[in-house]
Amino acid sequence: MHKLNGVVGLAALSLMLSTSVAMAQTEVTWWHAMGGELGTKLEEVAANFNASQSDYVVTPVYKGSYAETLTSAIAAFRANEQPAIVQVFEVGTGTMMAARGAVYPVYQLMADQGEPWDPAGFLAPVVGYYSDPEGNILSLPFNSSTPILYYNKNVFEAAGLDPEVAPRTWADVEAFSRQIVDSGAASCGFTTGWLTWVQTENFSALHDLPFGTQENGFAGFDTEFTFNGEAQARHWGNLKTWSDEGLFKYAGPEGGADAGPLFYSQECAMLMNSSASRAGVINNAKDFEVGFAPLPFYEDIIAEPKNSIIGGATLWVLNGKSTEEYAGVAKFFTYLSQPDVQADWHQFTGYLPITNAAYELGQEQGYYAANPGSDVAIAQITRGTPSANSKGVRFGNFTQVRNVVDEEFQALLAGGKTAQEALDSAVERGNALLREFEAANAQ
Amino acid sequence: METKRTIFPNKALPYLLVAPQLVITLIFFIWPTWQAVQSSFLREDPFGLASTFVGLLHYQRLFQDPLYLDSIGRTAVFAVAVTVLSMGMGLVLAVAVNRLVRSANVYSTLLLWPYAVAPVVAGILWWFMFNSSSGILPYMLSFAGVNWNHKLNGTQAMILIILAASWKQVSYNFLFFLAGLQSVPQSLTEAAAIDGAGPFKRFFTIVLPLLSPTTFFLFIVNVNYTMFDTFGTIDATTQGGPSQATNILVYKVYSDGFIGLNLGSSSAQSVVLMLFVVALTFVQFRYVERRVQY
Repeated sequence: MHKLNGVVGLAALSLMLSTSVAMAQTEVTWWHAMGGELGTKLEEVAANFNASQSDYVVTPVYKGSYAETLTSAIAAFRANEQPAIVQVFEVGTGTMMAARGAVYPVYQLMADQGEPWDPAGFLAPVVGYYSDPEGNILSLPFNSSTPILYYNKNVFEAAGLDPEVAPRTWADVEAFSRQIVDSGAASCGFTTGWLTWVQTENFSALHDLPFGTQENGFAGFDTEFTFNGEAQARHWGNLKTWSDEGLFKYAGPEGGADAGPLFYSQECAMLMNSSASRAGVINNAKDFEVGFAPLPFYEDIIAEPKNSIIGGATLWVLNGKSTEEYAGVAKFFTYLSQPDVQADWHQFTGYLPITNAAYELGQEQGYYAANPGSDVAIAQITRGTPSANSKGVRFGNFTQVRNVVDEEFQALLAGGKTAQEALDSAVERGNALLREFEAANAQ
Repeated sequence: METKRTIFPNKALPYLLVAPQLVITLIFFIWPTWQAVQSSFLREDPFGLASTFVGLLHYQRLFQDPLYLDSIGRTAVFAVAVTVLSMGMGLVLAVAVNRLVRSANVYSTLLLWPYAVAPVVAGILWWFMFNSSSGILPYMLSFAGVNWNHKLNGTQAMILIILAASWKQVSYNFLFFLAGLQSVPQSLTEAAAIDGAGPFKRFFTIVLPLLSPTTFFLFIVNVNYTMFDTFGTIDATTQGGPSQATNILVYKVYSDGFIGLNLGSSSAQSVVLMLFVVALTFVQFRYVERRVQY
């Protein structure tokens, strides 16, 4: 009995000790939008940081979709309950950059905390996307992605296609899809996630067409959309025709909730989606082999397609926290930027390696040679010389604009509008939102 | 008049007794309403860092916006359809159960179950049943030559949310109609039967008029339900889509304010919505109630 008491006492004592240790640590809250495989990996990253030192504890909190995370953070900021770090998707960049009083710019934070910080170490397209006009990086690039094409090699083979040859142009996509559907190898040729991002924004960048005036919004708030050009209308018109013929299946608005399942269930033979779908695709493609390829393009519009543009998210630091917390944030950001941490995250998830060092580390490790297709995204985003049209897009109220584009695409598929009418109406409604944003941020 | 009046010597006590209710009303109703009214006159950035007074601009814009006017029309269709459908079904079921002697309790219990299901859960269930690629109903409809895809077809999406929203409300209407039916005096219907009135005549000339207070009450409750409480159902099934086909007023308040971060316009919309319901309730009590026999 005495022995038992001793054990209990010891346990209580150790519990007390451990809580007192925990109390000495500063907690840093991190709101994020990574579910599924990505969420598990993200929590592992935070846990590894917590284990690597004893002064700070980073607590990741899953807040739902990207849009929900941003909304929660804004509501929390208004109530003075904001987290120190929030993950905001690229669409929210315009909103965050305009919110000067709410954001603690990363370059400034790192300087204030005396942490080493070298923006030159980041990949050029990433730096370009997230810098202010003076060239300062305002948020920490964490998970950047770009859309690529995934295809089902087994279905290709069953349809009599060479499984090692991916479609290069949209003419290929159409021909391959037709052969796949006609041969009965699959019931649909291709589907796409993020219709707005992949088939409109990236489509414009790839074909060197402006998405909006003022360098796609980089040069000022007085920008207008121009994505209702001839080429975009032709592409949307094709998608409508292919949808009617059963070659293409629409997977829904925003991220396209059905896109992954349609591909995993082998209903659709090809999927165009973020490079970060890689982890999910590999996990779910149990019964078939997956091929990876760059996005297709129209050969008669552009012979050498431009680089694709960035999606994904960065980590923003919000104002109104204590100095100790910011010290923890800075330490955590330094940890996140380390080549081995970055390379591990990139290789597991399919997000781009954010720093040159992480990319080089992957090459040294022989990762790209061992995993064919894993460097498709980085090759696509870094190819050629970026033009003003392929640098990216930066617009205010862009979450709403994307909803508008989704709605107009649905109207097109439902047969209410032609491709040109749908795009014209999207541009008109989008411009009204831009004017609203300009007025709200004028003061 | 020789009425006896109770005099409370303590002046503070009555106020103290109503205080909890007043506090709740102030904190949960008056204060948020005041805030909504206030921010409907402001243009603010999402973080609330800067705001300018813009007067009635948001209201003016609303009534020039074809999408908003559309949304009013859709809300009307939705509200009328849900109210008629759920009250009609509730009444039919109540009449049927009222005729039963022994098994009435069992049926009432079973019919009440849907009301206990949370709107979001109900929405998800309907979403599964109507899912165009894996749902059971589109599969069955395909034999009838109907291509069900509510993700693209706005009319089908509207039918889906009407069904989902009505299904939940049938239980509630059923319960009140049943209670109403049980309070109709047996002697009246028996007397009519002796005079030779058939079951339909008895129902329409005796039972239905006597049910009118219940019907009136349910009418108000149902309209309020469709205007405000259907948010969860819509969020779980169509999210206002496709192409805003199911974007009824209450959902538009949410999507413009919380997804679009346009708080000024969203506040203006919620004020307009509130005025709608106030006006509707006023009209109901002022004019419809006069024709109700209590």
